[in-house]
Amino acid sequence: MAGLEVESLEPVAPAFSNVVVAEVLEVTKHPDADRLNVCRVNAGEANPLTIVCGAANVAAGVKVPCARIGAVLPGDFAIRQARVRGVESSGMLCSEKELGLAGESQGLFLLPGDAPVGMPLREYLDLDDKLFTLKLTPNRSDCSGIAGVAREVAALTGSPLKPLEIPFQPAASTGQLPVRVADTTGCPLYCGRLVSGVNAAAPTPVWMLRRLERSGLRSISAVVDITNYVMLEMGQPMHAFDVAKLSGGITVRRARKDESLALLNEQKVALDGDILVIADDARALALAGIMGGQGSGVETGTQDVFLESAFFHPDAIAGKARRFGLSTDSSFRFERGVDFAATRLALERATHLLLEICGGSGGAISEVRGQLPRREAILLRRSRVARVLGIELDNSRIATLFKRLQFDFVANGDDYRVTSPSYRFDLSIEADVIEELARLHGYDNIPALAPHAALTMLPYSELRRPLTRIQHTLVARDYQEIVSYAFVEEQIERELCGNDDPVALQNPIASNLAVMRSSLIGGLVGALRFNLNRKQARVRLFEVGACFARINGEYLQSQRLSGIAYGEAQSEQWGAAAQPVDFYDVKADVDALFAPRQLSFVSATHPALHPGRSAQIHLGEQVVGWIGELHPQWQQRYDMPKAAVWFEVDMDMLSQATVPRMGEISKFLPVRRDLAVVVDEAVSVQTLLDAMQQASAPCVVEVGLFDLYRGKGMEQGKKSLAFRVLLQDTQKTLTDSEIGTSIAMLVDVMQKHSARLRM
Amino acid sequence: MEQLQQILDQALKQFAEIGDEAELEQVKARYLGKEGSLTALLKGLGKLSAEQRPAAGARINQVKQAMEAALQQRRDTLQNNKLAHKLAAESLDVTLPGRGMGTGGVHPVTRTLERIEQLFHSLGFATASGPEIESDFYNFTALNIPENHPARAMHDTFYIDPRHVLRTHTSPVQVRYMEAHQPPLKIISSGRVYRFDSDATHSPMFHQVEGLWVDEEISFANLKGVVQDFLQRFFERDDLQVRFRPSFFPFTEPSAEMDMSWNGGWLEIGGCGMVHPNVMRHVNIDSEKYLGFAFGLGVERLAMLRYGVNDLRLFYESDLRFLKQFN
Repeated sequence: MAGLEVESLEPVAPAFSNVVVAEVLEVTKHPDADRLNVCRVNAGEANPLTIVCGAANVAAGVKVPCARIGAVLPGDFAIRQARVRGVESSGMLCSEKELGLAGESQGLFLLPGDAPVGMPLREYLDLDDKLFTLKLTPNRSDCSGIAGVAREVAALTGSPLKPLEIPFQPAASTGQLPVRVADTTGCPLYCGRLVSGVNAAAPTPVWMLRRLERSGLRSISAVVDITNYVMLEMGQPMHAFDVAKLSGGITVRRARKDESLALLNEQKVALDGDILVIADDARALALAGIMGGQGSGVETGTQDVFLESAFFHPDAIAGKARRFGLSTDSSFRFERGVDFAATRLALERATHLLLEICGGSGGAISEVRGQLPRREAILLRRSRVARVLGIELDNSRIATLFKRLQFDFVANGDDYRVTSPSYRFDLSIEADVIEELARLHGYDNIPALAPHAALTMLPYSELRRPLTRIQHTLVARDYQEIVSYAFVEEQIERELCGNDDPVALQNPIASNLAVMRSSLIGGLVGALRFNLNRKQARVRLFEVGACFARINGEYLQSQRLSGIAYGEAQSEQWGAAAQPVDFYDVKADVDALFAPRQLSFVSATHPALHPGRSAQIHLGEQVVGWIGELHPQWQQRYDMPKAAVWFEVDMDMLSQATVPRMGEISKFLPVRRDLAVVVDEAVSVQTLLDAMQQASAPCVVEVGLFDLYRGKGMEQGKKSLAFRVLLQDTQKTLTDSEIGTSIAMLVDVMQKHSARLRM
Repeated sequence: MEQLQQILDQALKQFAEIGDEAELEQVKARYLGKEGSLTALLKGLGKLSAEQRPAAGARINQVKQAMEAALQQRRDTLQNNKLAHKLAAESLDVTLPGRGMGTGGVHPVTRTLERIEQLFHSLGFATASGPEIESDFYNFTALNIPENHPARAMHDTFYIDPRHVLRTHTSPVQVRYMEAHQPPLKIISSGRVYRFDSDATHSPMFHQVEGLWVDEEISFANLKGVVQDFLQRFFERDDLQVRFRPSFFPFTEPSAEMDMSWNGGWLEIGGCGMVHPNVMRHVNIDSEKYLGFAFGLGVERLAMLRYGVNDLRLFYESDLRFLKQFN
C-alpha cells in the first residue's frame, strides 16, 4: 500500500502431497503388456515398492518423484493401490506434467543423482516457495532488484535493513584489459575485470538455477547465469565477454555511421552516431546497456572472461532499444536509472560468484569514471506539505520518514534541504519529496475532505442544445443508441464513403480496424447486420461520434450524429397496417431533430445511397448532412432482405439554437384556402413551395402540402398536389378581395413552373 | 274532483310505462296539450261560480304541477338510460396495446456519462472536450512525458503519423483547457480513448472521464473527498469505501490509484493525483500560487459495476438484446 503493487502472489508449484524422491532399483517387463514395466522402487520405506510404470525413460538407477499410496496430485488425482493388468502397483512414478510443474513433459521427471531418497519432493525442490510478482511503475527502477525491494520494504515498515554481504575480491592475477571511455556523458562509470582460467562449462548451482527460473529467466551457462543473477539481486545489468574473441582493449564509444552489429538474438542492426556501443579495437561488440553481440560472448570453452558492470546514463539508453524493436532486462533498467553507487559492488559480487562456481583468478578492477549524475538538494517546506496534502506533518515525523528513506537532509526550522540517494532517479522537485512523505505516512492517513471554494454558477448557454437532449429526441422516436469503433475496414471507407485516402493508423490492431472513419455509416451498417443475423426484423440505431479527415496535413475531427432504420416503420401491431420504413419516415426524424429550424432536402448522389432516393440536407446555405436509402448494390452485398434508410448530420449545426422571442398572436382568425395543381413529375414540391414563399403574397402565414395524387385519372408523367394556404392579418379581418389577390399571386408563381390549377 | 284524481293517476301510470322520449311527449299532449284533458278542465273553470272557482283552480293547478314534475322526472330517466346505453355500447377493451411508435434508448455508456456529468455539475464542474486524434505534444509532452520517457511505454499507443496519436487518455483536455482558461477552474471531460490492447478485459477503444480542479487551496485531502463523494453518490452507497494507493503518473505528483470496496474486495477504478508543477508550467499557471488535482476514471468500468455487465466487449457489439436492457 505504498507504491509497490503486488500483482500476484502464487505458489511456485500447484498443491500435491505425499510425493517423495525415489530410486528405481529394478525394471522388468510387464508380463501382459508390452509398453509397461514393473519397477522395484526405493521410496525411503523399509521395503521397496512395486510400481507399474509406462514411461519410456524408466531405468534401473534413476531418481524420480514417486507418488505414494494416499498421494493427491494436481487435479485432485488420488493415488490408490491398484492392479494394472494383473500386477499390483503401489504408487506412481511421476512426470513434471503430472506434478503440474510443466505444461508438457516427456517421460518421468529425472532428478539429479544425489537427490536424497525418501525426502518429500516439495522440500527437495523448495516447491513451497512463493512467487511475488511486483508491478513496477517506471519511476521506481530502484526496485528492479531484490536488494532494492528489501530496501523499500525496510523504509515502509521501519524494519532494519540487512545489507547483502559482498566480500571484496583482491586481485589474484595481474591480468587486466585496457578500458577507454570515449563518451563519459553516456557512460559516466565503467568497471571491468578480467577473470582468467575459468571453467565456463561448470554447471550452474541448483539454488541459482531455481531462482533464475522462478524469476522468468532461462539458464544459459554458468557465467551468463551469474551476470543475470546479480542483475536480479542488485538491479545492475552486467555483461561478460570472452577475452579470446576480443582484439585489444575495451572502448565505450558512440557507434560510427554505417557501423552494424549482429546481436545475440541474431538480429542485425544498423547503428548510428547516437548509439552507445562497447567495442574492442576492431569492431562494436555490444549495444551498451541493451544487448550483447554475437562473436564476443562467453561459451563453454571460454577460459578468460571480462566482466562488465557499468552505469549508462538513462538519456543515452532511453528509446534506443525501442528503435530496434527491442526491450531487454538491461535496457529496462538503464533507461529508468541504475544505482551508480553500486556499479563496482555488483562487479565484486559477480566476481565472487564466478570464482566460487567456475574457479579462475580475478585481476584488478579497471574503472573509468566521468561525471556521475548530481543529486541536487531539494527544498522542502513544511507549509507546502500541509497545503498539498491537506494535513500537517510535524518536524519529528518528517525527520523520521526521511531517515527511513535514507535521504540526506538538513533542517532549518520548518524548511529542509533534502538530497536523494544515488538509486533514486525520480526525485528532483519538492512535489516529489512530498509524495515520498505522503506514501510513507500512508495515503490512508490523509482524510477525505470536501473542498472549500467560492461558489459561482456555471454558464448555461441557450444557444447550444445539450447533447443529451438531442440523443433523447431520437430515443423518443424509437432509435437505440450504439457505440462502435472509430476505426473501420479500409474497404468500408472506399465503398460507402467514396474515400480513397482515409486517415490510416500506422499500427492497426487488426486489418479490419485499420483506418479512421470519415462517416458513422460503417458502424451502423455493421451493427444492423449483426442484429439481422440474430433474427431482429426491425432495427433502428443511432450513434454520436467523431469522424476524421485529413486536409492539408491537418486532421479534421467533426462530431456527427447518424442513424439507420430498417424493417417496418412501426413495430408490428394490431392497430396500424404494416408498412416498411421509407425515406419520408426518416426524413421526419431528421426534421424533428432540427426543429424548429426548417431544413431543405436537395436531391444528390452519395456512394452509399440509392441515386434516386438520396438527398443532401441543407440548413439555409449550409450543407449539414445526408439522407437516403442504402444503394441496392450494398443491400445485396450485405445480405439485407430490405432497404435500410440512413442519415447523418453535423452535430455542431444540430446543436445550435436560438433564444425564442415571443411574436404577436393575432386576434383575428386565419382563413384557409386550398390550392390543387397538376404539375410535371420533374417539378419538386420544394420548387413550388420556394416559389410561393418568394412570391411574398400579403398575409400568407403558412403554405403546406396536404395531398399528393398520381395514377388513375392523371396524365402520365404528371402529379396532382394540394396545398393548404393559411392567411391571417394581425390587425383586421381579411376581405375576400384581399384573400383573392394573395391567392392569385401564389397561383401565378406556380404557373411559371407549368402548374395547372385544378378546379 | 274524483275525476281530477283519476286523470292524474292515469297520467302517472302512463308516463311510467313509456320507454321512448317522443312517445312521452305525445302522451303529455293528451293531458296538457291544447286538446288535453287537464287543459279542458282548466277551461271549464269559467263555468264555475266565483266562490267555487279559486279552490277548484288551485286543485287543478296542483294536479298539473304534479303531472309536470312526473313528466320531467321521466324525461331525465329516459335520457339517462339512453346515455348509459350509448356508453355501454361504446366501451373499449382497454387491454389492447397502445398504437404507434415505441421508444428506443441511450447506450449504457451514455447513461453512465449522463449520471457522472450530472453529479459533477452539481458541484460546479464545467464540461470540456478535445480531439481524439491528438498531437504527440498534448498527449505526452505537455503532460510531462517527454519523448523516450519509459512512461510512454505504459500507453500502448496507436499512431496516425510520427507526431499524431489517437489520444491514450482524456488528460490532454486538461492541458488544452488550462491553456485557454485562468484558475480557479474545475472541469470534467469525457470521451473515447484508444489503447493498443484487446481481450476480454481490454478494448482498443473505451471511454474515460477526466476531472480537474485548480484553485489556490486544493489539497490531496480534497481529491480524496471529491472522489469518495462522487463514488458514493454514483453507486448510491454511503458505505462505499475508497482507497488510494501510491502510484506513478508523470503528470501528477503525488499520484495515486483509486480502488473502491466491492463485494468484500477492492476494485481499481482509476488514477489521480495533484497536478504536476511541470504541467502547470507548460500552461503558464503559477504552481506556487495554485494547486490542483486531476483524476481519470474508466466509464465502462463504472457502467459494468453499476449495471452488472460482465463482459466489456458487449458495449461495442451493438446487440439490441443487450442494449435494450438499459432503456
